Amino acid sequence: MIPMEFYLIVSTIMMFVGIYGFLTRRNLLAMLISVELILNSVDINFAVFNRFLFPEQLEGFFFSLFAIGISAAETAVAIAIIINIYRNMKNIQVKNLRDLKW
Amino acid sequence: MDFSGILIYMRGEIALIAAIVIAFLYDLVAGKGARKYFNPLMCILMAGCIAACLVSFPRESGDVFGGMFTYVPVHSIVKSILAIGTLIVFLQADTWLRRDDTEFKRGEFYVLTLSTLLGMYFMVSAGHFLMFFIGMELASVPMACLVAFDKYRHNSAEAGAKFILCALFASGLMLYGISFLYGTCGTLYFEDMASRLDGSALQILALVFFFSGLGFKISLVPFHLWTADTYQGAPTAVTSYLSVVSKGSAAFVLMAVLVKVFAPMVEQWQMILYVVIILSITVANLFAIRQQNLKRFLAFSSISQAGYIMLAVISGTSFGMTSLIYYVLVYLAANLAAFGVISAVEQNSGGKVNMSDYNGLYKTNPKLAVVMTLALFSLAGIPPFAGFFSKFFIFASAFEEGFHVLVFIALINTIVSLYYYILVVKAMFITPNDSPVAAFRSDCSTRISLVLCLAGILLLGIVSSVYDGINLFSFGL
Repeated sequence: MIPMEFYLIVSTIMMFVGIYGFLTRRNLLAMLISVELILNSVDINFAVFNRFLFPEQLEGFFFSLFAIGISAAETAVAIAIIINIYRNMKNIQVKNLRDLKW
Repeated sequence: MDFSGILIYMRGEIALIAAIVIAFLYDLVAGKGARKYFNPLMCILMAGCIAACLVSFPRESGDVFGGMFTYVPVHSIVKSILAIGTLIVFLQADTWLRRDDTEFKRGEFYVLTLSTLLGMYFMVSAGHFLMFFIGMELASVPMACLVAFDKYRHNSAEAGAKFILCALFASGLMLYGISFLYGTCGTLYFEDMASRLDGSALQILALVFFFSGLGFKISLVPFHLWTADTYQGAPTAVTSYLSVVSKGSAAFVLMAVLVKVFAPMVEQWQMILYVVIILSITVANLFAIRQQNLKRFLAFSSISQAGYIMLAVISGTSFGMTSLIYYVLVYLAANLAAFGVISAVEQNSGGKVNMSDYNGLYKTNPKLAVVMTLALFSLAGIPPFAGFFSKFFIFASAFEEGFHVLVFIALINTIVSLYYYILVVKAMFITPNDSPVAAFRSDCSTRISLVLCLAGILLLGIVSSVYDGINLFSFGL
């Protein structure tokens, strides 16, 4: 059986790749994808902790189920807003979102 | 199974769900003539929700859904304060919602606002991290729709994008923290977790992640960058809702979770809060001085107010809890009065929100100028108004726990904040202007809301039964 640490390494890498992507990408959709990576790494964490450390209960699995559902709802709203931005400005580059600053 | 607990302890939530359903159906079936009465109907429903929370609420604590939803008497008070804030926002939003470009979607505004309020209710009463997370997301996802509500305005879409991306990122960080709490404790119930925390390195990491997630919601300083942009771009009614109701509920939840769950790690979170408070108050005050747009200005003012609220959290006592709730109530009255004036001027002058537009406002609209002045004085904490007393209690609660230097720094910052609040007053009363905002008569609902806020500013500090009433129930969290 694959030891727990291996799963945690994968989820940690996903988490920090997501943070890196969120901070460096200059396209709204790419930023959204990066955030999704963060949320998915959390789901892995919950499932792994539940399976390896507390196999007699299901709290972690249920948390990841809810987290998946909620992040889908959030993504839907985010994409709706991004489409609205596209309609207003005809592209979704972050550098065009500069009306509000300082 | 015994379901009586649901009816007893979840009255506020049930009333709110009923209000959401009624608003949805009314939006669906009401004809052109009936839609005129949408706003009065919603205000009456909100008054009903306040009554459901407050009238003879249960005086003992209890829980529902196997401990996922907990109830203590102070929740009733917090929930009714949030509902009062929403009621005032509804009153102020009416002028804006009557405009041609938003008239057809006013039903959506009410449903979305009430959904966020429902999320906050669940967040306040959560006894399990899953319930807490669902409540928090229910509070922030419809909020993003509200921020981007003016679909054809550039700024609104931009503010919405900034808000939803930051909210997603923050909830991702918070979830990552919660996952490590689960890994080290093996439970997600608040009460069980408190007894299994031991302050190991992994748990400190989890605490930091969790705190930064909630810090985004309250907009404390290292996490405040979305605040000013979102406040400026969102419709004014939404901004006032965001700055008062959303922030107040998140501050209460932060205190409840830190005191209840993270009690064994009190040294760690007090250290985090110590730094965050100093940064929030100082940085926000410095940035507020240079703002020209009044909504942006109030955004930075609200960041520094959040820093003051954290002074109550750092004390961690029941006295701190009382002063936090009292502070939120007073801040609600003062901030909503300021936003009410801004919204009235904006709607009646074709969108003027800059400080230079307010030059000479006293000459043409003396009443609005006076309301604005009193609200700003209350925010700054000048003695006869309620803001002074709430600041006093906040400082006293932190001082009692031995944070003398911190309180001193906060006191110096109050003086800085007085300077920038007075700048607005100076613009309204002293600075000459050849073409000030023309005299106008705001409509009935705006005036009612301003009278309510004014009563709050003038009376909350003097009528001590309010403070005593909160104090009576703010035990045990």
